[in-house]
Amino acid sequence: MYRYDEFDHQFVRERTSQFRDQANRRLSGELTEEEFRPLRLMNGLYLQLHAYMLRVAIPYGTLSSKQMRKLAYIAEKWDRGYGHFTTRQNIQYNWIKLDDTADILAALAEVEMHAIQTSGNCIRNVTTDHWAGAAADEIADPRPVGELLRQWSSLHPEFSYLPRKFKIAVTGAPNDRAAVKVHDIGLRMHKNDAGAVGWEVLVGGGQGRTPMIAVTVRDFLPEKELVPYIEAIMRVYNLYGRRDNKYKARIKILVHEIGAEKFKAEVEAEYAKQPNQTTEVEAKELERIAAYFAPPQFEKLSRFAPAFEEAKRSNPEFARWARNNLAAHRVDGYTIVNISLKPEGGIPGDATADQMRVMADLAERYSYDELRVSHPQNIILPHVKKEDAYAIWQTLVPVELATANYGLAGDIIACPGMDYCSLATARSIPISQAISRKFADLDVQEKIGPVKINISGCINACGHHHVGHIGILGLDKKGEEFYQITLGGSSTESASIGSILGPGFAGHEVADAVEKILSTYVDLRQPGEEFLATYRRLGPNPFKEALYATA
Amino acid sequence: MPLLKNDAFVVDTWQKIGAEDGMPEGGNVAVPFSRLKSEWDNLAKFPGQLGVVLNNNDDVDELAHFLPHLALVVLPFPTFNDGRSYSIAAQIRNLGYRAELRATGNILPDQIQYMNQIGFNTFEVSERFPLQAWQAAAKQMSLAYQRGLYRRAGEAEVWTERHMESAPWEEQPHAG
Repeated sequence: MYRYDEFDHQFVRERTSQFRDQANRRLSGELTEEEFRPLRLMNGLYLQLHAYMLRVAIPYGTLSSKQMRKLAYIAEKWDRGYGHFTTRQNIQYNWIKLDDTADILAALAEVEMHAIQTSGNCIRNVTTDHWAGAAADEIADPRPVGELLRQWSSLHPEFSYLPRKFKIAVTGAPNDRAAVKVHDIGLRMHKNDAGAVGWEVLVGGGQGRTPMIAVTVRDFLPEKELVPYIEAIMRVYNLYGRRDNKYKARIKILVHEIGAEKFKAEVEAEYAKQPNQTTEVEAKELERIAAYFAPPQFEKLSRFAPAFEEAKRSNPEFARWARNNLAAHRVDGYTIVNISLKPEGGIPGDATADQMRVMADLAERYSYDELRVSHPQNIILPHVKKEDAYAIWQTLVPVELATANYGLAGDIIACPGMDYCSLATARSIPISQAISRKFADLDVQEKIGPVKINISGCINACGHHHVGHIGILGLDKKGEEFYQITLGGSSTESASIGSILGPGFAGHEVADAVEKILSTYVDLRQPGEEFLATYRRLGPNPFKEALYATA
Repeated sequence: MPLLKNDAFVVDTWQKIGAEDGMPEGGNVAVPFSRLKSEWDNLAKFPGQLGVVLNNNDDVDELAHFLPHLALVVLPFPTFNDGRSYSIAAQIRNLGYRAELRATGNILPDQIQYMNQIGFNTFEVSERFPLQAWQAAAKQMSLAYQRGLYRRAGEAEVWTERHMESAPWEEQPHAG
């Protein structure tokens, strides 16, 4: 994985002292809260319902064991002993003091981490496929581009006061696990007939109160042109993005209002004017970065691991976990371990300091010292020998990290909701807990098969309900929480926005409604047909009938 | 409003006049962009130096052919978080404009280094902050990852440093 050189170290150290000074000037009253706000936000510090929240970047989701242990240390020393992993490959600490923040940033800098631009109207943490470098279906590892863009976007003097936040996601695999079509900019790697790699550039996807699927502005951009081309997109957005209404300020609205063709023409015209299309330095830098992402020295193993097969035969619980939580690795004899942070009745994405340390130890011992944070709020050991999977599972069971529900109904994405967030209009966590208890029986979850349930506690859609197969949106109606259900969303390469099914439900009715939807699906599905496919085949009517007909 | 240039407060030699005001006999005069366009035939004969005051939704393409005749371009920051003028400044510098580029409006010390890096070189600033606050804020970071920035003494670009057997950094003549 990427290692800082002297420049990266110095950069993060200077950034930390800069923030320490800014925080002191706020505390002394030299800066008003209004003036300090964008400065703290661009260092990841939010003011939430009860306390400050610090959001730490985990660029492209990659962590070493040492970094994970530092996250555990921070959770214990400055928070309440846990952290919350988010859908954009960050970790959030919910109980932070302003006076401690610079010390936390300094602790992060010791392990080559930071909280730069995890908030604010700037370019946010760049995310990628959480299986990058490991997935069997991958063309190439997208993380070098992720790191290139992390560096380029850090403290960009021109793009630090954008109309609104700006999110970039990158994938190197045809099966999109990074949700690139619902990002401000999505990058998809393609290989042409000559074997060369290029990037499809998608712009204007997003969620929030106006969900939109991104449009393609370039089919096959040469890799070395990525930086100047994205610069042209950013400039068009910075100049013409709306600033009169924060709910219409994202780039998706600009693309929608002027039209994809006009937007593309503006970008191309701006790109033609760029003086820095000589991209030798970018190409050299990408090459330098890519060397850090060379694959580990994998052993030559047989595809068939007898000990692994034997463990599955003798232990049905392990077999279930192996069936659901392991994914195909590109190298024979290896597997990808997906650790679910969604125990029955738990808070999606939360991990205690002790759990973080267990996962760090496992990564160090079994996964070439690497961990990943995934978009669906789980933790991944990317490079594990199949024959080690049983030992890993045995270590995970006693710390409640062995829930065998990866990709199933219990693997729910949820925002923090009104339990923490000052923007929320309803709670998300209790809804998630109720659904997870409703489907506590893993036999039932397995019978249902892969399904994505997403819960947002307000219209800002941090729980990505628009792209959940089943999306749940918490709203406030005259002081009462109620929940709207959408069906048919997806954030993959065949992305779609879910449609509202009908009238909303009270909080205590939501889990039952989800159960009715899923049992309707089980009754109507064709052999081997997953939930989304059935919905797309049949449309909303059978589900509407199941939910509302008897009322 | 004090005028900040090269880490010092300096005397402003420019006079800004409005759309309807009479033109002075000479000196350094900045006019609104609308006036520059509509009265160019007369203004071209002005004996002193000419400057222009833009709005942050003006089109730089329309300004391009005037730039060789201008000694000052003023860009507004109506609020400190309205960042359009950063991109307008970048476009103007990309067109080869090398004279004074001035920021005015609601500017905070913590933004001054970004503005320097984009190519601004004078600043109409609030009296609320003492000179030392501006001086300190202008050198908060010694490194930037982006290329093609305007660098002052002691500042370096990481990517260029990594990939070129480069001579010590030369100060940009117009960036102070």
